[in-house]
Amino acid sequence: MPIHIIDRRLNPGGKSLENRQRFLRRAKSLVQGAVKKTSQERDIKDVLEGGEVTIPLDGMHEPRFRREGGTRDMVLPGNKKFIEGDYLQRSGQGSAKDSGPGEGDSEDAFRFVLSRDEFVDLFLDDLELPDLAKRKIAQTESEGIQRAGYTTSGSPANISVSRTVKLALARRIALKRPRKEEIEELEAAIAACTDEDERTELIAQLEALKAKSKRIPFIDPLDIRYRRFETVPRPVAQAVMFCLMDVSGSMSEHMKDLAKRFYMLLYVFLKRRYKHVEIVFIRHTDRAEEVDEQTFFYGPASGGTLVSSALQAMHEIVRERFNPSDWNIYAAQASDGDNSYSDGELTGLLLTDKILPVCQFFAYLEVGESGGSAFDLSDSSLWTLYERLRNSGAPLSMRKVSERSEIFPVFHDLFQRRETAQEKAAP
Amino acid sequence: MTARLFEGADWDFHTLQRITDACEEVALKDLGLDVYPNQIEVITAEQMLDAYSSVGMPLFYKHWSFGKHFAFHEASYRKGLMGLAYEIVINSSPCISYLMEENTATMQTLVIAHAAFGHNHFFKNNYLFKQWTDADGILDYLDFAKNYVMQCEERYGRTEVERTLDAAHALMSHGIDRYPGKKKLDLRAEEKRAGRRRQHEEEVFNDLWRTVPAGKSKSRSTLSIERRRKLLGLPQENLLYFLEKSAPRLAPWQRELLRIVRHIAQYFYPQSQTKVMNEGTATYVHYRIMTKLHQQGRITDGNFLEFLGSHTNVVFQPEFDDPRFSGFNPYALGFAVMQDIERIVTNPEDEDREWFPDIAGRNDVMGVLRDVWANYRDESFIGQFLSPRLMRHFRMFHLHDDPEERAGIRVDAIHDERGFRRVRRELARQHDVGYIDANIEVVDVDLSGDRRLILHHHVIKGSQLNETDAKRVLQHLADLWTYDVALIEVDANDKVLREYVVSPRPIPAAVA
Repeated sequence: MPIHIIDRRLNPGGKSLENRQRFLRRAKSLVQGAVKKTSQERDIKDVLEGGEVTIPLDGMHEPRFRREGGTRDMVLPGNKKFIEGDYLQRSGQGSAKDSGPGEGDSEDAFRFVLSRDEFVDLFLDDLELPDLAKRKIAQTESEGIQRAGYTTSGSPANISVSRTVKLALARRIALKRPRKEEIEELEAAIAACTDEDERTELIAQLEALKAKSKRIPFIDPLDIRYRRFETVPRPVAQAVMFCLMDVSGSMSEHMKDLAKRFYMLLYVFLKRRYKHVEIVFIRHTDRAEEVDEQTFFYGPASGGTLVSSALQAMHEIVRERFNPSDWNIYAAQASDGDNSYSDGELTGLLLTDKILPVCQFFAYLEVGESGGSAFDLSDSSLWTLYERLRNSGAPLSMRKVSERSEIFPVFHDLFQRRETAQEKAAP
Repeated sequence: MTARLFEGADWDFHTLQRITDACEEVALKDLGLDVYPNQIEVITAEQMLDAYSSVGMPLFYKHWSFGKHFAFHEASYRKGLMGLAYEIVINSSPCISYLMEENTATMQTLVIAHAAFGHNHFFKNNYLFKQWTDADGILDYLDFAKNYVMQCEERYGRTEVERTLDAAHALMSHGIDRYPGKKKLDLRAEEKRAGRRRQHEEEVFNDLWRTVPAGKSKSRSTLSIERRRKLLGLPQENLLYFLEKSAPRLAPWQRELLRIVRHIAQYFYPQSQTKVMNEGTATYVHYRIMTKLHQQGRITDGNFLEFLGSHTNVVFQPEFDDPRFSGFNPYALGFAVMQDIERIVTNPEDEDREWFPDIAGRNDVMGVLRDVWANYRDESFIGQFLSPRLMRHFRMFHLHDDPEERAGIRVDAIHDERGFRRVRRELARQHDVGYIDANIEVVDVDLSGDRRLILHHHVIKGSQLNETDAKRVLQHLADLWTYDVALIEVDANDKVLREYVVSPRPIPAAVA
């Protein structure tokens, strides 16, 4: 009888992926709740690692007709002392015949592991940049062109010389085309030769070599490669996020930690959800500087506080690089709210005249000491100033945070997907 | 002396081939087994988990519930709460056995003997499998089901298909024909039939028919109840079949989905009735084959000890007060009875001659066993072949738990002369699916009135349905029926214990 032995281990894995996704889709709201709950207790880095969540099984039931109660009969092994007609107490150790743990309703909570991507996706699912209004402008732009390897056909202008020569060389070596030196050597040998017979032979060799090098051309049409270009769609919407962080001496380690957490989250959110979002990091003491993300998150700095310096820097960068008519501009500022008195007026002016008019959205996050309640202290100078601006109709969002666990809710709150008036009108 | 099959724990595909050949030789020559052609596939742990979540089948349609099971198994496997099976075997022709790549060479031998010969023989010869399953057609049919579900999703939307499948799954255990009479399923023909039906519909479709005015509908009130029930084939305990044939507003594709779920449930029906026998057979066969290979010197003493270790774990039966106890272990019980039969046939005592006059001392072990394997299911097998000696060995006793009884749970019978027959009868009954599943059937439909579907649950020994689950299942049933559904629980004296009425949910355009 023929027996087939098959190695299935090489089959592509993830056969259940589709089912898993269906399950997640179905359990989405449950999983999302669990993800949010879990993420409050974790470090940001851990959040991005994915992990285990527990969801109630309620919405995920697969009901069956089940019977319960009534008179039960059972046959069991291991009788030690019972004889016919004995009675066993129902709730004693003697009658340990109840269904063991793990039977029946043990499934009421359900733990499972989410991958990193699944976790972050669910975590960020209902977030978006508000008011991504300037789409239209970006859409009218033509498609861009991008290099994409080589091709065997194309216009002569696009011939890639280096690639063509490389291929030709490979072919010549492979087919053993006689090299120029070989022929020259042979010619020299013929010239030096005196013996008639040997000479005829050498000439024959030379002829053969020459014929061969003629048959195997130096460059063959086969070798020719053209540079290939691909059109790529331009971003449908262009956006830039300015992250303004106060790193002055008045910010305690705890506050900086809170602010960095917030930005880390923002960073992850933007990187994952929007392909074409530029992020500009600005940190300031009494001077502002644009830094890269490494410095922004990990570089040490200290000094006095001039908020206006950061706003001024942002304004300049906008003017230089991000034309407000083409870009959706967002800013998120984190600070402890301290600002030198002399600076308040300038800050207000910069905001109202320069920054807010070009911004789609400006979020201000005030970080406080751990355990400090908002009621204990009077509002900070910056908070008072911003509140005044907001009351006069500026597009500002403001939140206070003093505990790690508040970061996630506040973040969600700020970037919650809001239905626009249009969407609401639709059924 | 024959050459060893392997040394140590490592194996490669040649080793597997040698092992299979050696097992086959013993299985066919010494044991006289009759098997489907074998196909052996080596898989990884992840693939094993995949198989777990789709009831062991190599291909299956997509459904969220399988994803749920996968996530569940995966989580418990990763935590080490659950080990994975060494193998999965599929009742198909060729008979496919999945072996885990982690197994040692000894374990692969054990598993090949167990699955590729033990289970395989049982699948091919047991009357239930012969009657109810189509081993040749199952893989093609599953393939068809998978594609069909996929096409339905494309045409009618994923939510709609999911809704129908959810409902069908809830009723799956009540989508089985329990009594033969209809012709055996021919799954290949099924597949063709579905295709033809679709094609026919497309060919004869004419939208004009919709506009032709219908005559006045005739009043059918004259139809007697008896006649009506007969026309609908009532009472009917196969709920899925009834819905497929008689639900008034199902689309043809929905009926086909119900049919698919029903066929698959039917395919698994023999397995649920023969757990003890199936595992017992496989365990007995692997034990015989391994012992023989060891006698022949084809496996070393060390490997044989390794085998005995796993074998002992598999047939371990914890006692009732052991924390590990969770009912009778089908491997242990099945294997013990098979071995006991072997003893009775070859070396009977007086007691055995009295209890088993037919087989005691017949000396043809394999002949008797092959006959047992072919013609019994768990219930009849235990009822027939559980010997007093084995009851004493397991120290079996029977408890009768009547909630009304204040004094507690009564020990009704123990492993003594007075109790043997009663203990055996009760144990056999515990393995009777007719007793395990709730007895629910469609009894009537008020076709001329509000089209309410009426079901009866015949309550046995006061055991009623779990309310939450019953309501959920009935909701699914009502959604398929599209009119009210009433479930009445009646006891043996036709006294009504409880009545459920469920109305269908509106078609969920709004239920997002």
